[in-house]
Amino acid sequence: MAHEVLEHNSDREPIVVIGLQTGGVPLAQLLAGLLGEIGGAPIEFGTLDVAFYRDDLSERPVLDATSTSIPVDLSGRIVLLVDDVLFTGRTIRAALNALSEWGRPRSIQLAVLVDRGHRELPIRPDYVGKNLPTALREAIVASVEGVWIGTEEQP
Amino acid sequence: MISTLRGQSLLSLEGLEREALVEVLDTAESFVEVNSRAIKKVPALKGRVVASLFYEESTRTRLSFETAAKRLSADVLSLAVASSSVKKGESLRDTIATIDALGIDAVVMRHQSSGASVQVSRYVPHVRVINAGDGQHQHPTQGLLDAFTIRQVLAERRHTTGPESGAELFEQLHVLIVGDIRHSRVARSDIDAYVTLGAEVRVAGPRTLLPVDIDRWPVTVVDDFDEALEWADVVGLLRLQRERGSGSFVPSLGEFTRTFGLTVQRARRLRPETIIMHPGPINRGVEIDSLVADLPSAVIERQVANGVPIRMAVLYLTVAGTRMEGAQ
Repeated sequence: MAHEVLEHNSDREPIVVIGLQTGGVPLAQLLAGLLGEIGGAPIEFGTLDVAFYRDDLSERPVLDATSTSIPVDLSGRIVLLVDDVLFTGRTIRAALNALSEWGRPRSIQLAVLVDRGHRELPIRPDYVGKNLPTALREAIVASVEGVWIGTEEQP
Repeated sequence: MISTLRGQSLLSLEGLEREALVEVLDTAESFVEVNSRAIKKVPALKGRVVASLFYEESTRTRLSFETAAKRLSADVLSLAVASSSVKKGESLRDTIATIDALGIDAVVMRHQSSGASVQVSRYVPHVRVINAGDGQHQHPTQGLLDAFTIRQVLAERRHTTGPESGAELFEQLHVLIVGDIRHSRVARSDIDAYVTLGAEVRVAGPRTLLPVDIDRWPVTVVDDFDEALEWADVVGLLRLQRERGSGSFVPSLGEFTRTFGLTVQRARRLRPETIIMHPGPINRGVEIDSLVADLPSAVIERQVANGVPIRMAVLYLTVAGTRMEGAQ
């Protein structure tokens, strides 16, 4: 995936890798490390928590806020947003809103480990680890160690 | 016992479990980050309406609540009681019914009568009521921001973060609260917060300014103030509340300062790392000497600064949180 990202973007463009809390953070860290190694220059890395930007706050319990840390002004940068599982797309919608408050990135790209389908918004990933068709009642757990599928009772 | 503030009113810190307090402190930590951004605003409470109803004068509490609500993108209805129908004799119940009819999600309320916010929460059970100080009863957000400030200072010293430490930093912590305990809602909320989080609390003050039922509180009354200063990791001073008649409980202000004021001489007994706190507004030269208030270990301004993230956390959890059965 790191090679794919580099092929897609020319060397001179500074990339900032941002992991979505909490599942996307270890993946983003891994990806930022690899991109730095392959590209030969260290890559800036940040984390983003979208709890305060969700549109479903009134329909579900308030999520625990974790931490956001974006080290640079994103104006003019290429932002690579990283998450573990892409599902409805609502987290990504919230993340896009949130990112606009740190400047106007030149472009925002999305990398996910697993795309499980069932999108509710017109959002598609640029880089996918694996497309994994699922049923709505199934739950997915994805991490650096592996991916598990189960029903919601026993994820 | 209440284990989370999500979807609840905040009337008192009494009865809140440790996990509920830690949840507010951890949430506030996220809002410290929001407040450090160039654009200090998140859309969490967009479209919600928060009314602020202050029957008693206040600068920092009202401003920080309103700032907090605005940074969460809520709409704020601010009722200036002095120029409202309250002056024409409208009762509390009718005023609440009127603002409720406008459609509000929460009311932040300060009142000179103890228990006023509890009463209001009964009038409008569908509205979240946040007590911003009621008479001599409670001032929950002050207790929370004081606990938050202590945890922040201690975490920094140990090169850790608040959320990593949970309530750990309060274990075996010695807190001394000094002055007009009797009239102080801040003391009541502070004591509830500190004791629930695991600290040991002692109080000092003229007998006349200690509440009559002090032996039923989870605190020890100290006999020797000077000795207690050496014992303390945190000294919390309180304002002498002359508007509640404290003046008539002590022979003179000078006498109070000599026996229970934190004078320069007395401050020498403190260990250099002992944290000095005061909820403000401070009476320089009464409870605290001007020079002592400006010591690096005095965190009075930090307490004010922490008011906004703590109140954002309280509004976020109470208003955005859905009421859950058997909360997780």
